[in-house]
Amino acid sequence: MDKKIRVLVAKPGLDGHDRGAKVVARALRDAGFEVIYTGLRQTPEQIAEAALQEDVNVVAMSILSGAHPHLFPKVVNLVREKGMTDVLIIGGGVIPEGDIPALKEAGIAEVFTPGTPTSEVVKFINEHVKA
Amino acid sequence: MSNEKIEAGLAKYNANVEKAIAKFPERGHLPEQRLYTPLDIAGENYAEEIGFPGMYPYTRGVQPTMYRGRFWTMRMYAGFSTAEESNKRYRYLIESGATGLSCAFDLPTQIGYDSTDAISEGEVGKVGVAIDSLADMEILFDQIDLGKVSTSMTINAPASVLLAMYIAVAEKQGVPSTELKGTIQNDILKEYAARGTYIFPPRPSMRLITNIFEYCSKNVPKWNTISISGYHIREAGSTASQEIAFTIADGIAYVEAAIKAGLNVDDFAGRLSFFWNAHNNVLEEVAKFRASRRVWAKVMKERFHAEKPKSQMLRVHTQTAGSMLTAQQPNNNIVRVALQTAAAVMGGTQSLHTNSRDEALALPTEESVMIALRTQQIVAYESGLADVIDPLAGSYYVEAMTDRIEKEAWDYIKKIDEMGGAVAAIEKGYIQKEIQDSAYKWQMDVENGARTIVGVNKFHIDEEPPKGLLKVDASVGEKQKAKVEAMKAKRDNEAVKNALADLKTACADENENLMPHILAAVKTYATLGEICGVMREVFGEYEAHVNL
Repeated sequence: MDKKIRVLVAKPGLDGHDRGAKVVARALRDAGFEVIYTGLRQTPEQIAEAALQEDVNVVAMSILSGAHPHLFPKVVNLVREKGMTDVLIIGGGVIPEGDIPALKEAGIAEVFTPGTPTSEVVKFINEHVKA
Repeated sequence: MSNEKIEAGLAKYNANVEKAIAKFPERGHLPEQRLYTPLDIAGENYAEEIGFPGMYPYTRGVQPTMYRGRFWTMRMYAGFSTAEESNKRYRYLIESGATGLSCAFDLPTQIGYDSTDAISEGEVGKVGVAIDSLADMEILFDQIDLGKVSTSMTINAPASVLLAMYIAVAEKQGVPSTELKGTIQNDILKEYAARGTYIFPPRPSMRLITNIFEYCSKNVPKWNTISISGYHIREAGSTASQEIAFTIADGIAYVEAAIKAGLNVDDFAGRLSFFWNAHNNVLEEVAKFRASRRVWAKVMKERFHAEKPKSQMLRVHTQTAGSMLTAQQPNNNIVRVALQTAAAVMGGTQSLHTNSRDEALALPTEESVMIALRTQQIVAYESGLADVIDPLAGSYYVEAMTDRIEKEAWDYIKKIDEMGGAVAAIEKGYIQKEIQDSAYKWQMDVENGARTIVGVNKFHIDEEPPKGLLKVDASVGEKQKAKVEAMKAKRDNEAVKNALADLKTACADENENLMPHILAAVKTYATLGEICGVMREVFGEYEAHVNL
């Protein structure tokens, strides 16, 4: 695949903690991906729309407020509804282990918790984006 | 010993080091030189730069007796779910010996939305308590005597509204506003730069802040009207020097705005307070606290010609570094927090929040909060660290580092001045970019092993996911929504409408102080979302532009 993988890094919900999102965005860019960062306070609708407009392969979301059980599945549904069936959707943040099975069930391909090296996120994307 | 003798000794020592390194290489590169001597502080003018506690430039502390008089305020940040639940936690903390309250609000409250707003879905009661109107605030402080307790509220963009609610609750308890003690964070500039819970653009935001300064100087004289915060700048990834430099630059912007609005510097500067992070590197943190007091004292005296000593004192609340807690082997965090506590205490903080071991995973349980509070009490009563004032003064290393951090801070402040001040530097994205670069460097250092985090990139074990984490009741959003609807059905909606119309008119007149209008609206049980909604209509909303 010679076309660069395109990744939307998104902050759903109201939390303003974007140190992680920005570090991941920059690491993904340094790893050779095209990265678009949405900025703070994006609604699931805005994220799905941005994913469509930017024609991305990956949506990578970050939440630290605890709103992930509500917001992550909502984004998955809206992205799929817009016909983006191949788009890989991943998430990260302060997410208790116990919440992860339900998020995966809802269509989040992988959940990256605190302490994950950015290289692991890069590897996961490279292995799971459909060429 | 003369400098010549010391230099000769140092040369001999360095020759020995060369030989030792040839045989036994030192561990990886560290930023600091390996040994400090009197030569590193040779030019130091003790009387002018270090001085005495309670005396300019306050390097050694702001009070003459420091912890020999009384310990710092042990203030635990708490709040979650509904006002009822948080009220229980506050009363538990007071019974456990906490000496001040610190309220955490949920994100809709921090951004001026009601729990009933669509955008609040999933966020109500999650990271703090949901406050929609005066009715919730009455429950939050039920059976807590506001004439006795001091309360810190982590609230920024809508700080004026929450302060008004607090004043109104106190009035109902029979406590006059002149008796109220506490702090509102009220620091919007660091919201743009690092924390993200802004609402309005900088201009009206600065007006709200100066309105509060003015109102409180007359009506709530014991209240700390702002907590100029480096904490979140550090959490976002800055270095120690950047933390104090950007925060003091923000402080300069607030003082300038207030003076421009016609206030006399000595009428409000004594109520300005600061908020630092206590990070992992103990000695660097101590130096940071000391340097920050010296820089602020000089700013206030030399730049703003403040005359009252209180106007020149950097009084500070501290929180241990949340971003340094690890999700791996969470009990190790107890040790990290103890060391950070030691740093804050040797640095001379006026109050302290200690994080709980489980906060990289969830909100803390009562048991974890108790350990965190006990950590402060052990440092206070058992460790000896609080027995003498500024115990690390005179350490060649700590004094040299205090000078180094001060110099780095002045370099940044000069650069920000040249850009037109902190507001302009934030609008250009300069401060955000500096913080992001430091955050990225930190992460890369961890990933390439230059920096070790125990249990994360070294000494890793396979472990079971921790059990017994606090989970906020998922139905809290629905409960809170129902409460708001019921309250709205009961209140005098005509009075609400009139108060909001009056507030809107006041917003449009730049010379009007908004505090009395907000207080009047709050008393009609107008909601936070309604009040901020009116201000949004007049002021508009801030839009951030991110430069990765």
